[in-house]
Amino acid sequence: MSAPTTTAAAIFNRSTPAKRVEQGAFWLLRLATYFVLLSAATIFIDIGWKGGRVVFQKQAPFINVPFLTEAPETLSVFEFDGKKMALGDRAFRQFSAAHEEKMKHVAVETYAYSAGGIFPNIVGTVLLVFGSITIALVLGVLSAVYLSEYATDGPFIRFLRLSIVNLAGVPSIVFGLFGAGLFVLTFKFGMSLLSGWLTLAFMVLPIIITASEEALKAVPKGYREGSLALGATKFQAITTNVLPYALPGILTSSVLAIARVAGETAPIMFTAAFVMRDELPWQGLSKWTDFFFQGVMALPYHIYNVASKIPQNEYTRDVQYGTVFVFLFTVAAIAMTAVILRQRLRKKYKW
Amino acid sequence: MVTTLAMPEPVAPPAAPRPVSVAPAAPVNPAARAVIEIDDVDFCYGASKALHDITLNIQERQVTAFIGPSGCGKSTLLRCLNRMNDLIDGAKVTAGQIRIDGVNIYDPRVDVIELRKRVGMVFQKSNPFPKSIYDNITYGLRIQGQKNKARLDEVVERSLRGAALWDEVKDRLHESALGMSGGQQQRLCIARAIAVEPEIILMDEPCSALDPIATAKVEELIHGLKKQFTIVIVTHNMQQAARCSDRTAFFYLGKLIEYADTRTIFMNPANPQTEAYVSGRFG
Ligand SMILES: Nc1ncnc2c1ncn2[C@@H]1O[C@H](COP(=O)(O)OP(=O)(O)O)[C@@H](O)[C@H]1O
Ligand SMILES: [Mg+2]
Repeated sequence: MSAPTTTAAAIFNRSTPAKRVEQGAFWLLRLATYFVLLSAATIFIDIGWKGGRVVFQKQAPFINVPFLTEAPETLSVFEFDGKKMALGDRAFRQFSAAHEEKMKHVAVETYAYSAGGIFPNIVGTVLLVFGSITIALVLGVLSAVYLSEYATDGPFIRFLRLSIVNLAGVPSIVFGLFGAGLFVLTFKFGMSLLSGWLTLAFMVLPIIITASEEALKAVPKGYREGSLALGATKFQAITTNVLPYALPGILTSSVLAIARVAGETAPIMFTAAFVMRDELPWQGLSKWTDFFFQGVMALPYHIYNVASKIPQNEYTRDVQYGTVFVFLFTVAAIAMTAVILRQRLRKKYKW
Repeated sequence: MVTTLAMPEPVAPPAAPRPVSVAPAAPVNPAARAVIEIDDVDFCYGASKALHDITLNIQERQVTAFIGPSGCGKSTLLRCLNRMNDLIDGAKVTAGQIRIDGVNIYDPRVDVIELRKRVGMVFQKSNPFPKSIYDNITYGLRIQGQKNKARLDEVVERSLRGAALWDEVKDRLHESALGMSGGQQQRLCIARAIAVEPEIILMDEPCSALDPIATAKVEELIHGLKKQFTIVIVTHNMQQAARCSDRTAFFYLGKLIEYADTRTIFMNPANPQTEAYVSGRFG
């Protein structure tokens, strides 16, 4: 094939190997993206459909209130007068009392956690997330300010940074065991909110420190110098004229951290999470400090339990999907608050 | 140590037209004293020497311009005067002294914070803080703990008037400073600097990012400010140095080549390198 001679022939309606490769690559990239989209959609539709049916209902008030406001109960399933009955703890006890004679001969199957709701788990997860994110943000931002503004680069600081980066790669189960060893046993905090908060906070510290350092670095040097040139101390310059502008970036990192903290099971199962607890965190406290030293139920741990620790059947399915649905919604809601806060700050400190 | 200024004889205009126009020499106050005395200063960034043996005195309530090709050390010397170079790792004055009002500002007993209140700075890239105009002006006083609203209001008005900005912004003091035009932003930075009532104002190429009209306004402002402040201005724009300074120092490769009355530097330079630079033959 000889090269086209005129410009018109050269530019008009030609297919070259390079162009065909480009077309092929384009389709490959497009397919990969669609595949990811499809997988994500499948997961969300599955959870949304099956979980949504548990959480929402056709009749008013359209939301399954008991599921969201009650504690998990054991489900009792039995056949009574030819009718199949499925009752939670309290209902079953009432029913048995009412039909004492007949019930003696009825075979009852029980399924743990398959009745009632997941309110204590929601409460526990929200408490764990807010507490640990607060601790992680305070510790993380302070460390980031020290590292990026005060520390002079040297072997020690380089070692410190390397350790922080490596901390991000440590599996969460290791953090769980570390927390159990240090906070639960050595410091004698027991299985408690405090142990869980600290363990989760340590787990997400690398995310927060790294992102905060980036956010601090992204603040134009002119603001820092401008403050100092007006006679501000370094600390004044940082607190009044650097940190406020870095906050939106820091909050972005906390959205990631929230998702991790809310979702991890391993770090809390040795430090804070109970399979079942009758009281809610604010019930039965003899003094206010007891609040920090009590264990809680949590959504991810509950999912783990109902998905792997109890017999699987059509009754347990509902609680599994329902819990996952509520869990995703809760995480999204908490992350949303961070996003809204960030948007507010962005508007306030636009640069 | 007070140097008396040698008053140059008025020079006859040169035969060939010069590329720069020079304002008639400002009447130099013969009693002016040297506020800043720079004595044999060497300055290093780590191992690389940026300033060699600089000696010059800056007179009170005059505008002193630093000119020279890019990279010759103008900004470095300027930032030595309020110790902004302290922020750079490994950068330090390795020899000589810089005295302000007779005090060696690199003496360990010197309070850098206080020094920077007395020696204000306006940066090349205007840096209004992303706050309201009002908060920008009051920033310096607020960090000093000034909370009195009436006092702050008064300073805002006085500073903005001082920077010829009051009429333009008096109705939007509480709007973001970032909504102002580039020239207004730079004048705001000047207003912010004069709000803390410094003795000396350092300006590092304050007009390099401004259009000619905004530049003219800033130059006019500088002219007015020298009644009250000692001004040191770095510029790569020779016309600007010629228009608004009383004395000019020409630097080349980290050395002070010539320092004299602005008129002398532009009309009758002693050094051939200065002559080449001001006539636009290099740099
Ligand atoms: N932060 C720095 N670190 C190392 N070298 C620098 C730094 N700032 C400036 N220099 C060097 O010092 C010399 C003088 O720079 P500068 O004072 O900025 O020049 P000017 O303002 O006259 O253009 C240049 O060679 C420059 O490369
Ligand atoms: Mg410069």
